[in-house]
Amino acid sequence: MVARDLWLIPAVPIVAAGLIALLKQPMRRLSAWLAIGSLSFSLLLSLAAFAHVVAGWINGNAVREVVNLTWIQVGVSRVELGWILDPLSAVMLVMVTFVGLLIFIYSTGYMEQDENFTRFFCFLSLFAGAMLGVVISNSMLMLFMGWELVGLTSYLLIGFWYQKPAAAAAAKKAFITTRVGDIFFLLGIVWLFAQTGTLLFYNHGSGSMEGLALAGLLSQHAAFGLTAAGAIGLLIFAGAAGKSGQFPLHVWLPDAMEGPTPVSALIHAATMVAAGVFLIARVYPLMAAGALLTNGSGLAGTTTALIVVTWVGAGTAVFAALIAVGQNDIKRILAYSTVSQLGYMMAGLGLGGVAVGMFHLITHAFFKSLLFLGAGSVIHGCHEEQDVRRMGGLKADMPLTFVTYAIGMLALCGFPIFFSGFWSKDGILEAAHQPDAIKGPFYLLVFGALLTAFYMTRQVSYVFFGTWRGHKPAHESPRVMTVPLAILAFFAMALGLIGTPAWPWFRAFLEGRAAGFDWRGFAEPGLMALMLTSSAVVFLGLGLGWWLYGSKSPSPEAPDVLEKDAPWIWAALRDRLYVDELYGVTVIAFYAWWARVADWLDRRVWGGIVAAVAKLFALWAQLNRLLDVYWVDGSFDKACEELSIGGGLIARAQNGRVQIYLRILALAVVVLAAILIWSARP
Amino acid sequence: MNGFASPLAAYLMVAALLFAIGLAGALTRRNAILVLISIELMLNAANLNFIAFWRYGPHPEALTGMMFAIFSIAVAAAEAAVGLGLIIAIYRHTQTTDLDEIKRMKG
Repeated sequence: MVARDLWLIPAVPIVAAGLIALLKQPMRRLSAWLAIGSLSFSLLLSLAAFAHVVAGWINGNAVREVVNLTWIQVGVSRVELGWILDPLSAVMLVMVTFVGLLIFIYSTGYMEQDENFTRFFCFLSLFAGAMLGVVISNSMLMLFMGWELVGLTSYLLIGFWYQKPAAAAAAKKAFITTRVGDIFFLLGIVWLFAQTGTLLFYNHGSGSMEGLALAGLLSQHAAFGLTAAGAIGLLIFAGAAGKSGQFPLHVWLPDAMEGPTPVSALIHAATMVAAGVFLIARVYPLMAAGALLTNGSGLAGTTTALIVVTWVGAGTAVFAALIAVGQNDIKRILAYSTVSQLGYMMAGLGLGGVAVGMFHLITHAFFKSLLFLGAGSVIHGCHEEQDVRRMGGLKADMPLTFVTYAIGMLALCGFPIFFSGFWSKDGILEAAHQPDAIKGPFYLLVFGALLTAFYMTRQVSYVFFGTWRGHKPAHESPRVMTVPLAILAFFAMALGLIGTPAWPWFRAFLEGRAAGFDWRGFAEPGLMALMLTSSAVVFLGLGLGWWLYGSKSPSPEAPDVLEKDAPWIWAALRDRLYVDELYGVTVIAFYAWWARVADWLDRRVWGGIVAAVAKLFALWAQLNRLLDVYWVDGSFDKACEELSIGGGLIARAQNGRVQIYLRILALAVVVLAAILIWSARP
Repeated sequence: MNGFASPLAAYLMVAALLFAIGLAGALTRRNAILVLISIELMLNAANLNFIAFWRYGPHPEALTGMMFAIFSIAVAAAEAAVGLGLIIAIYRHTQTTDLDEIKRMKG
């Protein structure tokens, strides 16, 4: 696998999307084959790339191959694009293509009844291409282009059923909210470019993530005691926060559940929202600049940017987990869970570095997409019902879905040992528990783990246990939907193997170190205690959830158990802690007011000016008309009249009477004769 | 012969007088036939002029003057016939010989 051909990985799905766009609506099979085929091709290429990087890693030399192109050159400045093949991009490529392919296959079953099947696969393919473009990008600009395209396809897919007003509004909300983050991101990009002179991350020493540029950034000072590196890092984090749904830009993610479930699985669980985390991982040298340089090794110190990332992440983790407790829509619970887990990832990046955050990203991609696809299977089987209070007892009716969903749920909760989520979340907790890590996030994250176990148990109890509370009986989903579930479930369990302390393969791979299997990895001081603590927290959460919800089947109209005990808290949680309402009265109200002002300005001021100018022209035209009629016309008419009169006068000589003519003739002769005679006289 | 004018001058004066009378008639008479008569008078006055200059000119014995006068009379006759024909045609159109009434060419 040559790095030069890496561009094929995003290009083929995009080309497929273009081809599908040309197909007519009934050509469903062709569009599905094009999409799945192109993504399979990208998967094979990604696996080849991954193998290449692994081979390099085994031989001890860290692989980082870049291919850079100059797109536009203006004088000395250059706008460059490029792609990079290193461990980070390799693992992301494999994850995105693999999970994406499974979801594509699932979608052929899920969207079978939909008449816009072709359009769906066109957008999905476009999204896949854009996301892969973000992943391989070595140029800040190319990353941003992919980023925006991903945002666009997210908008198109959330609003897929655009005739539904809720879906159209949700799509708009998603796009605008992420736009707010993107503005800061763009500022960061421009600042970075201006400061370092290059858009490339790695360029054999002159890239913006490499030592020379970072040293330059650290020497520049921005406001509030930040260095340029810190300020740019924060601006870029603002963009990542928007895309990854961190507080306060998380509001679009739950609404994005209006889109079809495969979209929720692919975009809003596994990949697009992970793009923010990936971005921070990609620019991690910038975020950690200062700490790395002053402390020499790894993550001994921390920078302002990373502190902000950690606190925002940990805060969001708890905030979203709290709201998830109070939701009744199966997808919304998972959406808030995603926001919470993204907070975990961000905290992991801030506390433990790229490997810790990325490991959780990878495991989360698998178990969260598994959960979403499982939810889709449930919704499909319950005849488009989405309220958990109207489900129940599906353990017997949908056994495959139940088993896979349970595996995903346990992975998400972090059930010990056999589930990947345990290992990845433990990695984050371990990083948070370090003696020199900032205090506070650890407790938030532990509390978040408790809540996660609690609300997931609540959801699973409502959906799969108890008695059926819906209208029609439920049925299991077809194989095209359950087989991807099974595959994802396998990975949700198996991926844990590559991140255990005994064999920290993932971390070593990303950091370019060697890794050997060593049981003594478990003997690190405090590790066993931490693992036991987190396990205890998980069991506590599971137990609490089972005790409160268990096999009871409350009717849909009955208040929730927690609602009876703490109605105020329950109402706040159910109403999503009023963040949307806050935005409604502040930002949106301001915007509405401003729109009214602009409208007034437009109609009265500018419109008035235009009207005045028009009036002026009309007046001028009137004046011209008057001039024309009275002066020009008048004078001309008068002259003609005079001529006419004169002519009339002269015409009187011509009266048709012969004798008058003769008289005139005779007179003329006399005159002539007189002249002649008098002139002839000497 | 007489102290007032030479015989040539006398004839010329008579011819001039006749011509003037004819001119006056042609210019002022209302009746078309009278205008025609006046024109004849003018012509005859011119004839008289011819004869006078022939009789008192360099070659009185040659027939030049006489031929001239006879031609002129013949032409006058032809011209009178034409003129009469015109007047009859006009009379047929307008039922009048009053020249003051004939104004159709009025511009």
